[in-house]
Amino acid sequence: MRLVVDLNRCQGYAQCAFLAPDVFAMHGEEGLLYTPEADEAQREKLAQAAAACPVQAILVDAVDPPAEAVSGER
Amino acid sequence: MNGDASLEQLRREGRVVIVGASLAGLRAAETLREKGFAGSLTMIGDEPYEPYDRPPLSKQVLLGMAGADRTALPRRRALDATWRLGVPATGLDMAAGRVRLADGDEVPYDRLLIATGVRARPWPHAAEAELDGVFVLRTRDDGAALARRLAERPKRVLVIGAGFTGSEIASACRERGLAVTVAERAAAPLVGALGGVVGAVAAELQREHGVDLRCGVMVTALEGDATGRVRAAHLSDGSSVETDVVIVSLGATRNTEWLAGSGLGAGPRGIACDAGCRAFDIRGIVTDDIYVAGDVARSPHALFGYQFLSLEHWGNAVSQAETAAHNMLSASSDRLPHLWMPAFWSSQFGVNIKSVGVPTLGTEIVVSQGSLADRRFVGVYGYQGRVIGAVAFDHARWLPFYQELIETTVPFPPPFPTVDRRPEGRRPVDADFPDPSVPTHGPTVTLSGYSPADRRMTFTPAH
Ligand SMILES: Cc1cc2nc3c(=O)[nH]c(=O)nc-3n(C[C@H](O)[C@H](O)[C@H](O)COP(=O)(O)OP(=O)(O)OC[C@H]3O[C@@H](n4cnc5c(N)ncnc54)[C@H](O)[C@@H]3O)c2cc1C
Ligand code: SF4
Repeated sequence: MRLVVDLNRCQGYAQCAFLAPDVFAMHGEEGLLYTPEADEAQREKLAQAAAACPVQAILVDAVDPPAEAVSGER
Repeated sequence: MNGDASLEQLRREGRVVIVGASLAGLRAAETLREKGFAGSLTMIGDEPYEPYDRPPLSKQVLLGMAGADRTALPRRRALDATWRLGVPATGLDMAAGRVRLADGDEVPYDRLLIATGVRARPWPHAAEAELDGVFVLRTRDDGAALARRLAERPKRVLVIGAGFTGSEIASACRERGLAVTVAERAAAPLVGALGGVVGAVAAELQREHGVDLRCGVMVTALEGDATGRVRAAHLSDGSSVETDVVIVSLGATRNTEWLAGSGLGAGPRGIACDAGCRAFDIRGIVTDDIYVAGDVARSPHALFGYQFLSLEHWGNAVSQAETAAHNMLSASSDRLPHLWMPAFWSSQFGVNIKSVGVPTLGTEIVVSQGSLADRRFVGVYGYQGRVIGAVAFDHARWLPFYQELIETTVPFPPPFPTVDRRPEGRRPVDADFPDPSVPTHGPTVTLSGYSPADRRMTFTPAH
């Protein structure tokens, strides 16, 4: 599952790191580091983290990869 | 045909072509579909990969937390697009409404979005740039190659240019325990974007984390060994640095060459567009069917005197793409201006740096919260008696407040009594930006005057 965090919006509240510690981790006092592609096993926790983020900064794939035929790719 | 009917037809069966299949291109495409565009959508990208996110390349990827091939962007929705990846657009025929591709194909459009972004400025000496061990960092391939080399634990990494990307690279290397030298032409890191007062804090941070930081120097030459591997760099102060990995972080060049001769107002500073993201032609007349978004755009902003602004920021690419897509499908009275408040983040040496507004416009700075010495503070930038930007070091939660000050054009220095004001915060000082005509690592915000044409600019190479 692909994900991205809008770090302009993120306020470092760390709810995500608490709910899905294998995907999100605080780095320093208020910085956030995350794995841009999480394992399938994280699906549930990731959904919880995205829902719990107080500023709704976490975007999780709405489409399962491979999303669609990507012609001309290599 | 009247306007409404033709727009209806565009929405139903029009042809939209997007050149540049990265962050801005993807978000624009999704927005088009979200708004009910049912016609054909073609995504043209010269990289052979589906859209991926670049910020992790200098952070998670170099820290070894994620592979460079695992930063593809999540999708908001299915696109039902035709993807032409791995093939660059090489020309534009505005009169015929066609984009030419490198493989000889021509793709006709009713609406075109240009989102070709920027590329890393290479090391200016071609033969030296070719040495094994010399890198730039902009693409997934760059990230993969650099991460591989760092995993081999080089003896010393040299970063040339201490802008955001260069500083983040140095930070990741230190975190992995690698020896790092940073060479910066200006007096401190980040000065092009944040000025000398904040730059001095960035310099301390680097040194405290064990970076061998050399400011006020230029790298004059890179030297290779007999096998073509880089082994040393020579500096303008006469010193040299033994190194086996060199990362050139000297800012970016706009990807507009493919538009040369097309008649579009495109040049080394980017593509000028109006507040509604419509591109200008070289005569300064706005086009009706060509839109621009992301790093390649220069657009006027109402809050900053309508000067053309180029913002090499993630949030700008997303927001401008959404506005461009909306406007493409809208009648003139329904169009929206791109009024996004400039904002970016950077994480380095354990500090979360965030900014709103346009610090580079600022002439003065006042520390309104925290303290420079603690490296936890908010600095507020002033320009002509008004608050124009703010930067926070580990103080991100306060930024929305400062954003409001900028939006409501509050006077500078800000009138509020601060909670934890310390001596250094009592009066504004010179923000100490370098002379903009002297190139440094390249600020990621560029103000470029009022002319939609781009013909008078001369570029002074950094080295
Ligand atoms: C290492 C790194 C770290 C970053 N970190 C941050 C950060 O912390 N915070 C922040 O706010 N921003 C950051 N950024 C900036 C952010 O990634 C960019 O603002 C964003 O990628 C801009 O998106 P874009 O779609 O406009 O352009 P790009 O992402 O540059 O995409 C343009 C695409 O068009 C393609 N293209 C170019 N010419 C052609 C052609 N002729 N035909 C077809 N395709 C073409 C390019 O190859 C590219 O794929 C970072 C960037 C980098 C490189
Ligand atoms: S929960 Fe949201 S605001 Fe908090 S750290 Fe995670 S992404 Fe940031």
